[in-house]
Amino acid sequence: MTKVVVVASGKGGVGKTTTSAAIATGLALRGFKTAVIDFDVGLRNLDLIMGCERRVVYDIVNVINGDANLRQTLIKDKRTDNLYILPASQTRDKDALTMEGVGRVIEELSDMGMEYIICDSPAGIEKGALTAAYFADEAIVVTNPEVSSVRDSDRILGILASKTKRAEEGKGELPARLLLSRYSAERVEKGEMLSVEDVVEILAIPLLGVIPESEAVLNASNSGTPVTLDVDSDAGQAYLDATARFLGEELPLRFVTVTKKGFLGRLFGG
Amino acid sequence: MSIFSYLLPKKKNTAGVAKERLQIIVAHERTLRGGPDYLPQLHQELLAVVRKYVNVDADAVNVQLDHNEGIDVLEMNITLGDEATN
Ligand SMILES: Nc1ncnc2c1ncn2[C@@H]1O[C@H](COP(=O)(O)OP(=O)(O)O)[C@@H](O)[C@H]1O
Ligand SMILES: [Mg+2]
Repeated sequence: MTKVVVVASGKGGVGKTTTSAAIATGLALRGFKTAVIDFDVGLRNLDLIMGCERRVVYDIVNVINGDANLRQTLIKDKRTDNLYILPASQTRDKDALTMEGVGRVIEELSDMGMEYIICDSPAGIEKGALTAAYFADEAIVVTNPEVSSVRDSDRILGILASKTKRAEEGKGELPARLLLSRYSAERVEKGEMLSVEDVVEILAIPLLGVIPESEAVLNASNSGTPVTLDVDSDAGQAYLDATARFLGEELPLRFVTVTKKGFLGRLFGG
Repeated sequence: MSIFSYLLPKKKNTAGVAKERLQIIVAHERTLRGGPDYLPQLHQELLAVVRKYVNVDADAVNVQLDHNEGIDVLEMNITLGDEATN
């Protein structure tokens, strides 16, 4: 059985691509055969975050148009077993990604034995985002603790509830879980940032995890390594936790309280 | 900024303000969700008509579609605040 998961947010720049790369890597590390698809037509970036940009020959639009087959196009990750990347097209023609074509690609990935297909959605609530979400069995909504991101997440939740294949076939709303990213426990404690409880209360969906604001994310993207592989980092561990919860494990939240500095830390810390 | 601001006890809790504002706007937008596409425009035009006569805020006009025992009810509420009735 293949599970199709869309990573969505409405707002741009909140961490969808970072999350798609990190969760896909986390699932593959757990032994699940996983494909991650970049749906951001014209703004391909997942390849850079996964560190396979020099290996891109064909893209998803080539597959849909029959210029290349899926096996030629899929990039097998060099570091992590079981992990495959399907790059976005750099064409400026947003209509190149047809719903019917995407359906065929997902079916073929499923036939190849993929257990998870992670769909990295573009920003917005237009066709691109709708296409990324249409075939999903489940959604991860990435939100930052900030007013516009939370509002946009609520909008995308409304769309996910009605505009997917699942909803159209009367199989009910798409199950959606919240991944709260770029969280700063310090700022929450000072009353400067919405807390995880606040955001969960407003969006009223189950929580998949909290990813702290972390220097490790930029370092990971600089080197083209999904942050999940940086197992010593806070963000890497938070994504590993989120992956475990995604698979049904119950884990306590980490990185949501301020770590008290010791005496020396207080003396010299910022 | 006045020198006294340094003596003020605490900055106000902006996260609390954010939460309150979000709860209101999200609740409002959810009432429009799933409704017919003409609702937002109906709201705008109604507001424009009301404003020809009375100066009201955008949230003074409220349009909502409800289902009641098999009947669709379009409910409109127009609140005239104190300042508007002068
Ligand atoms: N937890 C985090 N801590 C710090 N920076 C982050 C975090 N998550 C994402 N970022 C940064 O935010 C920016 C946008 O992330 P990206 O994943 O590309 O967002 P999206 O795909 O939603 O547009 C990137 O520069 C990324 O490095
Ligand atoms: Mg992205």
